[in-house]
Amino acid sequence: MTIEELEQIAKSVCQENEKYDFEVNVCMDLACSSQGAQQLKDALVKAAETSGKNVHIRRTGCMGPCSSGPLVRVDPEEALYHHVNADHAEAIVNSLGGAPVPDLQCDLNEHFDKQVRVVLENAGYIDPEKIDEYIARDGYKALLTALTEMTPNGVVHRITESGLRGRGGGGYPTGLKWGTVAKASGDVKYVVCNGDEGDPGAFMDRSVMEGDPHRVIEGMALAAYAVGASKGFIYVRAEYPTAVGRLTAGLRDARRRGLLGNNICNTPFNFDIEIRLGAGAFVCGEETALLASIEGKRGTPRPRPPYPAVSGLFGKPTLINNVETYANIAPIVRNGGKWFANMGSERSKGTKVFALTGKIANTGLVEVPMGIKLREIIEVIGGGVPGGHTFKAVQTGGPSGGCIPAEMLDVGVSYDALVRLGSIMGSGGMIVMDDTSCMVNVARFFIEFCMTESCGKCIPCRAGTAQMFTLLTRFCNGSGTMDDLELLESLCSTVKEASLCGLGQTAPNPVLSTLKYFRNEYIEHIVHKRCPAGVCNIQAPVTDQKEVLA
Amino acid sequence: MSETVSNVKTLVIDEQEVSALAGQTILDVARENDIYIPTLCHLEGLSNVGACRLCLVEIKGGNKLLPACVTTVFEGMEVSTHTERLQKHRRMILELLFAERNHICSVCVANGHCELQALAQDQGVTHISLPYRNPELTVDASLAQFTVDHNRCILCTRCVRVCAEIEGAHVWDVMGRGINSIVITDLHDNWGSSSCTRCGKCVQVCPTGALFDKSKVGSDHPKYPDFLPYLNLMREAQ
Amino acid sequence: MPAFTPPPLPSDDKRWKIVNGTMRKNGFARHALIETLHTVQSSFGYLDDEAIRFVARSLRVPLSQAYGVVTFYHYFSLKPPGKHTVTICAGTACYIKGADKLVAAAEKRLGIPQGQTTQDGKISLMTARCVGACSRAPVVLRDGEVMGEVTSGQVLEQLERWAVE
Repeated sequence: MTIEELEQIAKSVCQENEKYDFEVNVCMDLACSSQGAQQLKDALVKAAETSGKNVHIRRTGCMGPCSSGPLVRVDPEEALYHHVNADHAEAIVNSLGGAPVPDLQCDLNEHFDKQVRVVLENAGYIDPEKIDEYIARDGYKALLTALTEMTPNGVVHRITESGLRGRGGGGYPTGLKWGTVAKASGDVKYVVCNGDEGDPGAFMDRSVMEGDPHRVIEGMALAAYAVGASKGFIYVRAEYPTAVGRLTAGLRDARRRGLLGNNICNTPFNFDIEIRLGAGAFVCGEETALLASIEGKRGTPRPRPPYPAVSGLFGKPTLINNVETYANIAPIVRNGGKWFANMGSERSKGTKVFALTGKIANTGLVEVPMGIKLREIIEVIGGGVPGGHTFKAVQTGGPSGGCIPAEMLDVGVSYDALVRLGSIMGSGGMIVMDDTSCMVNVARFFIEFCMTESCGKCIPCRAGTAQMFTLLTRFCNGSGTMDDLELLESLCSTVKEASLCGLGQTAPNPVLSTLKYFRNEYIEHIVHKRCPAGVCNIQAPVTDQKEVLA
Repeated sequence: MSETVSNVKTLVIDEQEVSALAGQTILDVARENDIYIPTLCHLEGLSNVGACRLCLVEIKGGNKLLPACVTTVFEGMEVSTHTERLQKHRRMILELLFAERNHICSVCVANGHCELQALAQDQGVTHISLPYRNPELTVDASLAQFTVDHNRCILCTRCVRVCAEIEGAHVWDVMGRGINSIVITDLHDNWGSSSCTRCGKCVQVCPTGALFDKSKVGSDHPKYPDFLPYLNLMREAQ
Repeated sequence: MPAFTPPPLPSDDKRWKIVNGTMRKNGFARHALIETLHTVQSSFGYLDDEAIRFVARSLRVPLSQAYGVVTFYHYFSLKPPGKHTVTICAGTACYIKGADKLVAAAEKRLGIPQGQTTQDGKISLMTARCVGACSRAPVVLRDGEVMGEVTSGQVLEQLERWAVE
């Protein structure tokens, strides 16, 4: 494969597309599929055949606003239709070449206007199982350019210049990590992609792996070239069978095109990737646990140093990044580090994909420039809290994050700002809660999660989260005391400071942040035996019952 | 000669200036200089897992607490081993262990020879304010010589490590996860019908009364884990 | 020392050949343990002692280590699944939208706690950490098929249909 050959493929895809008068794109991501997107696509194909019109009907990855699904976009008009079902197929095909179907058109201009699409630029535009469609949208151009025109060091430099930070949650500077692995001595090195998206309430990585798998593969190949690795692993949750299928197909097609394998693009660069399945352990998102799992062991973290960059998979220098980080690489190499660094805020560059869910009108995937105010994401892009309820908090960072209250919504989204608020960026789950959510119960939910996901290796996390769960349960059933609250705060401090890995060290965050912003709710549960949101099932204290009887 | 010099590091532990070889852990250096750092999962002669978190120390210039058993020294390092913050966490960790399973010293075979008991006395843990979990756990006495009482196990994994690393049998491991973890032999088989070699090393390294010698029940029951460094030395020499 | 020969297949069941295939593809390396366990579970539906023993012996992994791995990961099951499985997502978005009520309703109807299978082996009631369809919370998997915005009534209706099958 050469640049010329790549351009030839892109050209032939364009010529192929030009044969059609119209394009109808059907979102077939999980949310739309679960509402009959497959039947819809079949009906569209049938309707197109009957009408005799020259229509290209394409399945695509996630288009974003899942709550409006199933979604269909008609090109070249760029008309977006929402809540489409198979019965609408005929009307859509009939409208082609004329005015759009009025009943189906959705007005999501505000939703899209505030977004900037880098990671998701192909999602909704290509068939994820067609490598040539990816190539037609500048796919693999970055890899070929790097291999033929750039030194490995040059690639590392470009990533450093971009200011990209790890999108898995920690926010470690990506260029710095790459540089460390590149400098590590050893003939054998590995690159690993963390696709063990374990945060409950987050599905960005799933959508990227399913909607644009080659983006991840190209990013990993660039990383391998930069650090000097010839073998890669993608660690994917077994709960994501579609992602596994798309990646498997993607790897096969990339090998066929000579974009993986030996002597890629007639250069000395060899690289291939294997998929490894996770098996349901949140802790495997922690890098040393993930590596243990790839080695076929229990996913228990080990103390660092040594860091994986020095001693990682099978004891070799290993680069680990998450899916979204890799998805950012090709555009950075293609467009330059400065292009990327121009987006975002001072210390958090580029964009971030969030999975916006919970009590919000427009649920789905959004990609926004770093620095955007939380309020804009929730009120403008998300369309606010529906059903006449009022906003109470937004939870970011999953079980390692915290709950951010209404009065803090004017803060710009960045790694550092979210930490200052007692939460973290995390991988990008953003769950909106309204007045029907009890914050004590929410804290208990997250601690229960951490307790069941704790690997059990270190004492503070294993026994500490279990004790925190007991105390929070007491608050929720009305038997907690103020002494218990003091004990809980003391436990939070030990679990946070003394735990071995990130899971334990951040497990108290949901408790600490709700204690910081919603302490009154704890007091209500403890002192007045009342759950203000009406969620907790508190039995009325005996004295009260007597009063009622009297 | 210059290489040897650069291999020597000088550091400060609890305001005492000490020297060490590059690659040594803080714990090694502290012990060489008679500076006490509490430990539980660590045992001389076995690999370190950094799991009990009792040996956490503070290092000047860093906010994170680091386990002395696996953290190597660097030139000019300033280590504090007994700050108030560390002592508070140590007491909490011991409380967590006592409340996790059913540790009743007065009826335990290891009473008086238990590392957990000794640490509690040493750290001034006089009462447990955490709720006791009182889990229902089993006792496996199916093996002729030894018994495992899960009520007294603290999951330090010394038995797992000694069996895998020294005896080479790897009969012990941990099953489940989190608060539900327990040590097992083979496929959670009875110890008596497992592939155990009956060498008894696990019993000698167990810090509590979880693993004990049946012939010594009711009598004074000390353990002798000192064979480990000796075994390692003899094997290296071969 | 004689070369290592893997143990014979436990029976004539063709599925063991698939399991063996995964191990051979990985050169019978120890690190293929989890991959092989996945193959066993997808072939047989669950992992019993015989299967774990066979895989452990073939890959030369200590039995206790293999059992430790199987029980560490929640995806692996030691018991055969029911004829049908209802999986209720217990992710955050689903929790916020009342998934706990779905679990409670299903537990009450089936008379078993989550994670178990009914006595007659008909229905398994499971919960999942998150299936990644959060925008349609609460989500339930009906024999693996995603259903969104599910109510307790719908769950009970489905259980009823399966019960009379």
